Amino acid sequence: MKKKPEGKAPFSQYILYLGCTVPVRALQYEISARKVAERIGIQLADVPEFSCCGYPIQSINHYAYLLMAARNLALAEKQGLPICTLCSACCGSLTEANHEIQEDKTLRERINEDLSQWLGLRYEGGVRVNHFMRILHQEVGRKRISEKVEADLSSLQVAPHYGCHYTKPSTIYGKAEDPENPKSLDELIEAAGARSLQYEDKLACCGGGLLAMDEQVALAMAQRKLEHIRAEQADAMILFCPFCSIMYESNQRKIEKTSGKEYKLPVLFYPQLLGLAMGMEPDELGMKMNRVRPTELLKKVNRRTG
Amino acid sequence: MIDSKTLDPNFKLIIAAEPGGENIKKCFSCGTCTAGCPVREVTDRYNPRKIIRMALLGMKKEVLSSQFIWLCSSCYTCFERCPQDVRIPELMNAIKNIAVREGYLPPAMKTQLDLLSSFGRLLEITDFENEKRKESNLPLLQGKTEDIKKILKKTGLSS
Repeated sequence: MKKKPEGKAPFSQYILYLGCTVPVRALQYEISARKVAERIGIQLADVPEFSCCGYPIQSINHYAYLLMAARNLALAEKQGLPICTLCSACCGSLTEANHEIQEDKTLRERINEDLSQWLGLRYEGGVRVNHFMRILHQEVGRKRISEKVEADLSSLQVAPHYGCHYTKPSTIYGKAEDPENPKSLDELIEAAGARSLQYEDKLACCGGGLLAMDEQVALAMAQRKLEHIRAEQADAMILFCPFCSIMYESNQRKIEKTSGKEYKLPVLFYPQLLGLAMGMEPDELGMKMNRVRPTELLKKVNRRTG
Repeated sequence: MIDSKTLDPNFKLIIAAEPGGENIKKCFSCGTCTAGCPVREVTDRYNPRKIIRMALLGMKKEVLSSQFIWLCSSCYTCFERCPQDVRIPELMNAIKNIAVREGYLPPAMKTQLDLLSSFGRLLEITDFENEKRKESNLPLLQGKTEDIKKILKKTGLSS
């Protein structure tokens, strides 16, 4: 595990679980999340051996999915720390597998038999899985976040995108949030000092789950939301799942080309917005990696100097 | 027209025995799933109520060999709203698990399996990624793992 800087006692400690997409296609999310976590006092450790969470094979073989998730959980259990995910699909996949393994003793025994025989690992069910955003909202809290705000974002109005796996299925999250009326992202946006917009079909899915199967359907789903957000003249879309970002940001140009429409909608990960509010430089937050340049948005950030 | 002689009345029982498929028989076809489905919003090729009805009727081959069972985006909107707790995204996964065993693995999913088998991830971590990580002061990641290949082999998903 990576050594952490000495100093003040941490607010809390987690292992950062990156998954497949963040380190390859959304590095700005990881960079900005680590920066704001450090500022807040959340210590993040690393396990370089983590693999895919298993989500992609839920539809192919449920048991193999459980084994893939259990392998990661077993690696985390060795460190004795809870997992913090950045990707919402990873959070859902690991949380769901965790529940199944914890609740079903027979299944747990079968999984451990295979894990130990094939990979020399065991998972006893002792790891807690949480999403970075839920840690910010529930453990750190809006008040502590507001206290760290140093720049004025009050002229920004942004469109929150919750995605699906952060709140649903609500059964695995212990009803942490009403999936039909979630508020955490809106509240975290306001805690950073920006204005959170309401818009049509705010809770709609990005379509990312279908990108490999049927690109046309997936992009049509993403485009609907880009339309609805444009109608509200948002300065940016704010989200916290790397796959949603692929749909709305990486594929935005493609959607524009095939439809002949123009959106030019900046898409930021929430920690990038929070980092700006905390007075960090855009470069520190990986903004050079954002495909749709947030140039106009950055002009509206009022840095309190002197 | 459905030819009743081709129906397999056991199909719903096979689905109900699969993890995630347990609640299929509770469906009373109200259509709440389809009404709120974001995929249905952009294409009429996906209709969860219709798929469940076909499965309950025993249209085994039509369902398992279809493309449409692979068009659920797993958003779980219907999961939250279903008055009968049919747990539709999990039910779709149960049906897809059966379809894979029956030899109906779509090429796109086969590609994902191959990637997972090769790298342990959907996207490979190359020297390029780790070089970029070094520049950004991020801890390096292990390029690949044999563990996932082993899991996929032992569960019969790759050769």
